[in-house]
Amino acid sequence: MATSYVLSSSSSLFLSQNDVGVSLFSSQPSRSIQIMQKKVSRKIESIMAPQRSARNPSMTGSVKTRMTMTEKIFSRASEKSQVNPGDNVWINVDVLMTHDACGPGCIGVFKKEFGDDAKVWDREKIVIIADHYIFTSDERANRNLNFVRDFCIEQGIKYFYDITDRSDFKANPDYKGVCHVALAQEGHCRPGEVMIGTDSHTCTAGAFGQFATGVGNTDAAFGFETGKVLLKVPPTLRFVLDGEMPDYLLAKDLILQIIGEISVSGATYKAMEFVGSTIESLTMEERMTLCNMVVEAGGKNSVIPADATTFKYLEDRTSVPYEPVYSDDQARFVAEYRIDASKLEPVVAKPHSPDNRALARECKDVKTDRVYIGSCTGGKTEDFLAAAKVFLASGEKVKVPTFLVPATQKVWMDLYTLPVPGSGGKTCSQIFEAAGCDTPTSPSCGACLGGPRDVYARLNEPQVCVSTTNRNFPGRMGHTEGQIYLASPYTAAASALTGFVTDPREFLR
Amino acid sequence: MPAIYKEPRNQALVVILLHASIFKPLRLHITGTEFFLWFSNSSYAFFFLWFSISSSRGFRFLSVVCSSSRSRHHQPFASLATSNVFNATKQRSFKPLISQSIVSSTSPVTRRTSVVAAATANSSSSASSTSFHGLCYVVGDNIDTDQIIPAEYLTLVPSKPEEYKKLGSYALIGLPASYETRFVEPEEFQSKYKIIIAGDNFGCGSSREHAPVALGAAGVTAVVAESYARIFFRNSVATGEVYPLESEARVCEECKTGDVVTIELEQSLLINHTSGKEYKLKPIGDAGPVIEAGGIFAYARKAGMIPA
Repeated sequence: MATSYVLSSSSSLFLSQNDVGVSLFSSQPSRSIQIMQKKVSRKIESIMAPQRSARNPSMTGSVKTRMTMTEKIFSRASEKSQVNPGDNVWINVDVLMTHDACGPGCIGVFKKEFGDDAKVWDREKIVIIADHYIFTSDERANRNLNFVRDFCIEQGIKYFYDITDRSDFKANPDYKGVCHVALAQEGHCRPGEVMIGTDSHTCTAGAFGQFATGVGNTDAAFGFETGKVLLKVPPTLRFVLDGEMPDYLLAKDLILQIIGEISVSGATYKAMEFVGSTIESLTMEERMTLCNMVVEAGGKNSVIPADATTFKYLEDRTSVPYEPVYSDDQARFVAEYRIDASKLEPVVAKPHSPDNRALARECKDVKTDRVYIGSCTGGKTEDFLAAAKVFLASGEKVKVPTFLVPATQKVWMDLYTLPVPGSGGKTCSQIFEAAGCDTPTSPSCGACLGGPRDVYARLNEPQVCVSTTNRNFPGRMGHTEGQIYLASPYTAAASALTGFVTDPREFLR
Repeated sequence: MPAIYKEPRNQALVVILLHASIFKPLRLHITGTEFFLWFSNSSYAFFFLWFSISSSRGFRFLSVVCSSSRSRHHQPFASLATSNVFNATKQRSFKPLISQSIVSSTSPVTRRTSVVAAATANSSSSASSTSFHGLCYVVGDNIDTDQIIPAEYLTLVPSKPEEYKKLGSYALIGLPASYETRFVEPEEFQSKYKIIIAGDNFGCGSSREHAPVALGAAGVTAVVAESYARIFFRNSVATGEVYPLESEARVCEECKTGDVVTIELEQSLLINHTSGKEYKLKPIGDAGPVIEAGGIFAYARKAGMIPA
């Protein structure tokens, strides 16, 4: 600031003085110095005041302003040495994802703006996934997938996870399932990179220490041609979670707790950074669940620093080199929240908002008509393992229809092959069958977002549903008057066993 | 010779004007009205009237010739390109006898080539418009994209004109029964409410671009909300379907569905004619240059990011 320059020009000795108006200048009794002294003393005060603006005196050499993880990714991707929150920059995209629901719109805009002969900027950086409206007889949905397929063939898109035989998903080797889980399982998520997707839950990939956010068709179409997107650098909210995770708690409870704390618009235009010993103890899939729902708090993206868990997960999944980034020690955060995970209890989000948080045990009088376990939030292998654990501990049958929708083909296979710890070698599917749940269905987004009328497990009546999905706004799963309680897989399984919203400690202690 | 001079009426006009330039020197930058008055004294008035009525381009052509400093017979026919210069300087007082839509074909609104969109948006949704007017529809906080356009309708592809139109008919159909007034009447494709007034976090939820598109297809010109969810805001700006404005006060509690409102962009004001109150709006901020350019593609072309 100008004030500091004035000081440095008068006397460098003064800078080290803490006391105001020390008579260092007593040997120079001239009035101008005294006036200078007075002026200077006021200026010292202003220097001591906490600095609120982002502007620092420019630094030289390799000393740069401390940046958060998100800011560092932005600066690397925009090829600038430094970025500040609020800057609008063009960043290079490493992976651009779209799916069968938004793909057609995206392709339409792309062709309109760049011509029918336009070619995408990089055939290997685009991933197109069939996952939203797959197992339906809706004509338009099927037509849309054909349209997307034609585009992929024409452009030579390397990663198109397609399905052609809808009657049997297993007959389609390319078919994966829910995009966000498929992206992770196929090794497209890498630390330090930029991922853009035409889906709000693209932020899930932040679990890998990358910048991942959702955009609309127009922005994605722009990215198709240029490989760039115009984004504003978000300031970061830091969440420090410490304490040992209780064995009745899952990452879903953590994020529901946080959203309930800051509200559905608490993180709008901001990045959410999760650090702490609890985070370090989470597996990759749990971290993905945590990052998945930041958009429900309005968040632009979420990041979790990459560590040994991340590298281990990526070992067999990708050979593309990556360079993780980490927040600087003195990086500036908008706010910091400290949470002691060991003190938390299972929570649910009551209708009709993800921030309508309540303790699961306080909702034990709420009768439920059905339970849905699935989606990118709660349909991964570990989510089903968790549900199986509760069914196993109880040994009883479910009292309400329980729908199981694995997120991807791989998850489906895990249900039928992986042994559940403590079960004596039984697989999830056997435990689910013994508990009377519905047979796990073909993997896709399913009824998380309602969709065409014939989608499996869609809420076609005004019923109450306990679900491991991510949103419960009116009509989310189909019927406008449907009541959706968002919960962790533990809570969902416990609720299935009693027919009421139930705290999983009823079975897990 | 350029095609324009081959048309017989243009050639007739040339003759008329040659006469005029020989017998009565024309003044510079004469307006159409003055020219007409002069002309009405001569028997060639009917030529003038007929010419200008039959083609507004012809009228501009006339204006060009009037403004040329030396109307020499072998040289006065300035190309149409200069007519733009003329029009630019005379725009305020010059009123062509034919009103012609001046929405350029590259504006993001007419990028959707639906006839319906062009018809409703011609005067109020182009990047250069300064006000929006109409009935308002009031909604509360946290209106998410599933309420704006439920997922079952996402199979409609916005870039297909018939499906774009259909999206409009489903706009805000996901609102719960507590909203007694329907936004779009059954069997209709457009809403009679042109402006939406909302509370906090409007457009939260999904990234589906179908949300602002459905509102735009239904005829909504602008939304005034207390705050927006970021993806919806981006999509509104990128597509140019609705103009997203932020209010300073909680206008969703002050206005009622059916109130007649006007939004004056230059003054950043929302005027509720029914209640007689005015509300300050926040400046558009960083999105301004993108909206003014006409959407993200036009903005990028201007910035040289993509070839024009």
